[in-house]
Amino acid sequence: MPEIHQFFQQLINGIALGGMYALIALGYTMVYGIVELINFAHGDVYTLGSYFSLSILALIPLSRYTGGWQLWLIASCVIVLAALLCGIVGVLIERLAYRRLRNAPRLAPLITAIGVSLILENLMQIWKGTSEVPFPQFLPGGLGVPDNVFVVAGVGIHERALIVVVVSILAMLALNLLVFRTKLGTAMRATAQDRDAAQLMGININGTIAWTFFIGAALAGVAGFISGIYYGTTFFLNGYQAGLKAFTAAVLGGIGNITGAMLGGFLIGIVEAMTSQYISDQWTSVVVFSILILILVFRPSGLLGEQVPEKV
Amino acid sequence: MALLELRALCKNFGGLAAVNNLTLDVQAGSIISLIGPNGAGKSTVFNLITGIYAPTGGSIVFEHRTLNGMRPDRVTAAGIARTFQNIRLFSFMSVLENVMVGRNARMHASIADSALRTRRATREDREVEHRARELLDFFGLTSYGSEWARNLPYGMQRRLEIARALASDPRLLLLDEPGAGTNPAEKQALMRLVQSVRERGVTVLLIEHDMHLVMGISDAVHVLDYGEQIACGPPDRVRHDPRVIEAYLGKGA
Repeated sequence: MPEIHQFFQQLINGIALGGMYALIALGYTMVYGIVELINFAHGDVYTLGSYFSLSILALIPLSRYTGGWQLWLIASCVIVLAALLCGIVGVLIERLAYRRLRNAPRLAPLITAIGVSLILENLMQIWKGTSEVPFPQFLPGGLGVPDNVFVVAGVGIHERALIVVVVSILAMLALNLLVFRTKLGTAMRATAQDRDAAQLMGININGTIAWTFFIGAALAGVAGFISGIYYGTTFFLNGYQAGLKAFTAAVLGGIGNITGAMLGGFLIGIVEAMTSQYISDQWTSVVVFSILILILVFRPSGLLGEQVPEKV
Repeated sequence: MALLELRALCKNFGGLAAVNNLTLDVQAGSIISLIGPNGAGKSTVFNLITGIYAPTGGSIVFEHRTLNGMRPDRVTAAGIARTFQNIRLFSFMSVLENVMVGRNARMHASIADSALRTRRATREDREVEHRARELLDFFGLTSYGSEWARNLPYGMQRRLEIARALASDPRLLLLDEPGAGTNPAEKQALMRLVQSVRERGVTVLLIEHDMHLVMGISDAVHVLDYGEQIACGPPDRVRHDPRVIEAYLGKGA
């Protein structure tokens, strides 16, 4: 394969990977924006998304003869349900673990977040065991049907990668509409900018913060589903690394900044794909976390962090 | 019965009585001023009325409803709006959006409504925007509508705070030193604005540091010093009260 084709191939892989990171990064950044908490349990909510999807899929009699529109209907239902369930988990975590610590010193909720993360990881370990769990790859053609590959100018594009990109971009568009075009979005932005003033404008801040956790966790749920489809497998500790990388993406884009999280997610995905192509598979984490350190040292506000018009 | 009644209101922070035994009536349609030196407890009174602090003792009654311990967003919904001594606009929102947020307490469309863009939500959004533009017009802010609030000149930010507060259609408006940091001419203009707010049917409770500024427009003045009310009554009487002169200028002045 010519050099340039390989580059584009990896670029596409990177964008698909980046879409997932971006979806997770959004949850980090929105929660940080509104309560200034790094929610370290967020990566595990992403894993929960794939676990919920698995359990829902187990209820549906899928076979290699299920095809066409039925597959897309099933996929949409699973995405919505997984997102909903993750959202509820997100709200519960906020309600039970973080709310009463809202005015405590910063370290207390941070440690609590790590604790919640460990609880979720252990629960998932009990739920589906310590080994990798196969995820039914029923999209796009049906169960057990090999993935389609389009060839555009000598570069092969897997249909699965395309699905990942399309779903993540749709979710981000929906989020943008919500944040900038609805009453809830306005309330979220107001609460992020000045909690007391927002309250005095008649905004119920507890409700608004709960909705922020819901939306962030629901997006992680969507990411969990598409990661299952993309990789064909899931694992109870998946969210640990993916969460840290998405966190890096959020910091890279400027934590608290929604557009920044999307940009950071795609950049980190591309960096990871390029590293595995041109350096080595085993170096991807090293490179990504080096970026985290460099950003924290040289530009802690991130790429878009200095102007935070859409801080949530 | 008065619009707002404070009865023996107290607030202690540890051993410090920030507000002690304050009794005060605000009649509907009036402009009442709360004055006093720095640290007299004026802003604490506002924080008590709006539910930011819970009173240690006494009661706050607004239109026959007791507000003690009510959440700030509910107080706003009940019909009280306020501004802040240190401007607290939403800096990264447009001027128009700031006023629209102020309308939040009067909006009824549910989250599902606004997500699905139902008729109800779009009609409400139009109404809110229309109302916000009216207020911008009234405060001479129309030309700044799409600017970020933080980019406004200081005096205009002060006006925007009042416009935002009025967006919730309050019966009572609490103004916390609206003239702080502005020059004398701007201060005079603000006081005229306060009068025109009253003419719109909104009762005003005004905190001011500068006694002379409020004399001309207030129906009654209450003077606070170290959390205690040391004088109250019509401006002319309060101005000549020896305790007030002492509080402001010190003994022997």
